[in-house]
Amino acid sequence: MEVKVVRKILDVNDAMAAQNRNAFGKQGVFVLNVMSSPGSGKTALLERTLSQLSPEIRCAVIVGDVATSHDADRLAKSGAPVVQVNTDAFGGDCHLAAHVIGAAASDLDLSAIDLLIVENVGNLVCPAEFDIGEDARVVVLSVTEGEDKPVKYPLMFRVCDAALLNKIDLLPHLDYDIAAARGYIRQIKSDMPIFDVSAKTGEGFDAWIKWLKKTVAAKSTAAA
Amino acid sequence: MHEMGIAAQVVQIAVDSIPADMPKARVQQVNLKVGKLAAVVPQSLLFCYDIITRDTPLAGSRLHIEEVPVTARCNDCGRDWTVEGPVFRCPDCDSGSIQLTSGQELEIISIEIED
Ligand SMILES: Nc1nc2c(ncn2[C@@H]2O[C@H](COP(=O)(O)OP(=O)(O)O)[C@@H](O)[C@H]2O)c(=O)[nH]1
Ligand SMILES: [Mg+2]
Ligand SMILES: [Zn+2]
Repeated sequence: MEVKVVRKILDVNDAMAAQNRNAFGKQGVFVLNVMSSPGSGKTALLERTLSQLSPEIRCAVIVGDVATSHDADRLAKSGAPVVQVNTDAFGGDCHLAAHVIGAAASDLDLSAIDLLIVENVGNLVCPAEFDIGEDARVVVLSVTEGEDKPVKYPLMFRVCDAALLNKIDLLPHLDYDIAAARGYIRQIKSDMPIFDVSAKTGEGFDAWIKWLKKTVAAKSTAAA
Repeated sequence: MHEMGIAAQVVQIAVDSIPADMPKARVQQVNLKVGKLAAVVPQSLLFCYDIITRDTPLAGSRLHIEEVPVTARCNDCGRDWTVEGPVFRCPDCDSGSIQLTSGQELEIISIEIED
């Protein structure tokens, strides 16, 4: 006997994500989900991004890591509230799930925040599959990784709203073909905004910060 | 990499789907649809499923995964096609303005119970 079910396997996560989105929306908090392979420079990018947004935009960060609080300690130096989530406690997960973000956000005063940035676990596969209730997603790729990462991880690049090509200060020392990397990204998503940046020197940050401010403002205008 | 978690969700949903008037039902097969773009490796999912079902009403049941191809529609010319490689552009008019019409599924379709 066949019993029809027809349910999304991740419907529990999707429901939690909708709940998060609703709670963030009510408080006027914009949520940015930042994803990349380990070591692409998410934490370094966020350190500089936080310093450039403050005090105009009030930020907080949730940072996911399999273990340790090193990233949280680095980010807390900006003065923004930081919640560290060790996914170890949730079975060493390779991504942040919506219920984890919901629990972490309860440690924050959402009414005092305009932008909540989530540094996801370093992984280009799993986080792409899990909605956390975010408003925008960005993927970070560093020029020390292969140019063809976008075509190896197409889902990640399909679901993101912008891509950052980080560590461009290293380009003079590498054989990296940045035009090829851009081409691969656009092959997956033709209208993807791409920002060439260096978290180390700050090069390229003006365009990235401008895009981020515009994206955050677009939501608060729409909500008003 | 999160196939164990996915398998756990499958088991949860499948167990919840056993009709209330059949508490002793033996589930023989669980049918899934998994899009080729979904971040799930069918082989790993099958492996995890066998382990995780051991002490459940699904013990010994088969997981059947129907892989769904990635298909797209062009917003500019209306062409429908199957995306074979990692190129998300219209093969007719080269537009990048496309929508995916399948390939991201991660669904449980039905369970089959021994009569
Ligand atoms: N040269 C250079 N190194 C960078 C840059 N951004 C990050 N790094 C270095 O890359 C390593 C990983 O950075 P981190 O921010 O921890 O990456 P995450 O794992 O993605 O959070 C660290 O040693 C950083 O100092 C950059 O723009 N240029
Ligand atoms: Mg980090
Ligand atoms: Zn077309």
